[in-house]
Amino acid sequence: MSTQQVLGLRRVAIARRRPPRWHVHLHGSELAWALAFVVPYAAVFLLFAAYPIAYAIWMGSDPALYRELFDDPHYLEAAANTALFAGFAANIMMFAALLLSGFFMRRRWWIKAMLVVAMLPWALPAIPAYVSFHWMLIGDYGFLDSALWNLFGIDGPHWFNKRWLALAANMIAYIWKWLPFWTLIFLAGRMAIPQELHEAAAIDGASGYRRFLHITVPLLTNLYLISTALATVWIVGDFTASELVSGGAPSRTTEVLTTLSIHYAFDSSQPALGVAAALSALPVLIPIVVILMRRIERREVQL
Amino acid sequence: MSVAATSPRRRRRRRARPRDRLRRWAVEAGSVALCGALLIWTLVPVYNMLLIALDPDEGETEFTGTLFPDEPSLNSFRAVVSQDYWYLEHFWQQFANSFYVGLATMALTVAIASLAAFAIGRMRLTRVRVLTNTALIIYAIPSALLAIPFIRLAQRYGLSDNIWAVIAAEVMFAIPFAVLVLQQYATIIPMELDEAARIDGASPWQVYLRIYLPLTAPALAAVGTYALLLAWGEYLYQYLLLSSERNWTVAVAIEQFFDADEAPWNYMMALAIIYSLPPIAVFYALRRYMAAGLTMGAVKG
Repeated sequence: MSTQQVLGLRRVAIARRRPPRWHVHLHGSELAWALAFVVPYAAVFLLFAAYPIAYAIWMGSDPALYRELFDDPHYLEAAANTALFAGFAANIMMFAALLLSGFFMRRRWWIKAMLVVAMLPWALPAIPAYVSFHWMLIGDYGFLDSALWNLFGIDGPHWFNKRWLALAANMIAYIWKWLPFWTLIFLAGRMAIPQELHEAAAIDGASGYRRFLHITVPLLTNLYLISTALATVWIVGDFTASELVSGGAPSRTTEVLTTLSIHYAFDSSQPALGVAAALSALPVLIPIVVILMRRIERREVQL
Repeated sequence: MSVAATSPRRRRRRRARPRDRLRRWAVEAGSVALCGALLIWTLVPVYNMLLIALDPDEGETEFTGTLFPDEPSLNSFRAVVSQDYWYLEHFWQQFANSFYVGLATMALTVAIASLAAFAIGRMRLTRVRVLTNTALIIYAIPSALLAIPFIRLAQRYGLSDNIWAVIAAEVMFAIPFAVLVLQQYATIIPMELDEAARIDGASPWQVYLRIYLPLTAPALAAVGTYALLLAWGEYLYQYLLLSSERNWTVAVAIEQFFDADEAPWNYMMALAIIYSLPPIAVFYALRRYMAAGLTMGAVKG
């Protein structure tokens, strides 16, 4: 059984020509049909996305809110945590996924079987996963610390008593959950590289390392950058990991912007402040998204 | 593999220099080690769930010194299934709600996204492409940012504590990606099919129903599964939008254990495990579609 069969991945050429575009203009009943087909989509978009976004911007448009935010030490800490989370978790996760995808390209039956097992975190919903991490790391009786004590005689740390450890725990839980997904993405990317390139290089005497450096890396760069940008954006928007794993412990020092925003809005009844906290991430997110869109458009000049 | 195919390889192996053989051996050993490490990394959190759920005593999680409960018991699973605890009173109702939300999100996402993707990609309603691109920006906006105005909005639309508000939110999150994947997938279907049907007098609706839907079935399955799993696993909106216990989904029910100080954790874990089973089953049953559909959008951009 090949890896393609395991995953149902088809070999897809990275660069695919756009289908020729007919210069036919829709008119009359054709146009009416097409518009009718788009109406539900447009309605959902306008009612449930565009309107809330506009509403959020309106709610968070008062400059006084931002002054209040910057005076709040919790906010500054949350912003720093978000930056750390995105910076570390996204890059570590992507690099690990890139290496792992190479591992899963190997043709051994037990590696294929491992791939099926390794997909489990992706299949598991986020809440049970993070709840499990919370209980695994908590206090003296968490599974990890008792395992460390029983197996190696190591007295494990109190994960949620130190800010850095708690932050690391959140990141590890997040990486655990999403690493399989990104591994799969890179695996698909690697499979899209024509095998002939590797074979030709091998005949020319290139070692595995050199083939990785001169074939895989250049051809995967675009995908890697797109994925890293996307992962960064998703991490900044992630609520569940920080809320459920550390829950802000110790004493609200591991909150991120999303959890802080929700807590402002629903625990201290300051919805406008909550929206402002979330909006304050946009100056960082929007450039990333713009780069992302550009990169996605450039995909066709690749290969 | 035939004999003819194996023998040259064997010959090459026999001729391999000792250094190469050593290296190959090291690579193999490294692979096994990595496999082992990966297995532990993947399974420990899952094992931890089972460990807590199998604990016989209500609310005791004193695992100091035990890597396996002394008397594993299925009592917590029994309690969940028979709703034998006041936190679990509405378990089956909530389970049904989760299914309802998931299936409704799936159906709506598939219907709305396929119609839109058909009009934009196949009927070349190109101007609307702007709309799909803008919709993708939803991905860039933290869902927590939208949550606060969305709650207000739901109240204004008269949908507070209504499961349809949750469905609307999930559909909104699932649709942009669904349209993207469907559009990408449809590029492998020859346009001539549509043209031929049109010349034979089929209306756009018939082309959509008879040609587009059957031919994009794998992508529709991928997109539908994606929407189902998204709706099943999402928690923030369900938590914020649903206030009465009868309307809760399982995700919210798990969360309430977190808010309590003296909750029986084994019950919570049993609940979490039961909650995880349907998506895991769906995922592994349809993983070929899932992986193909989801990576298609990503790899092709």
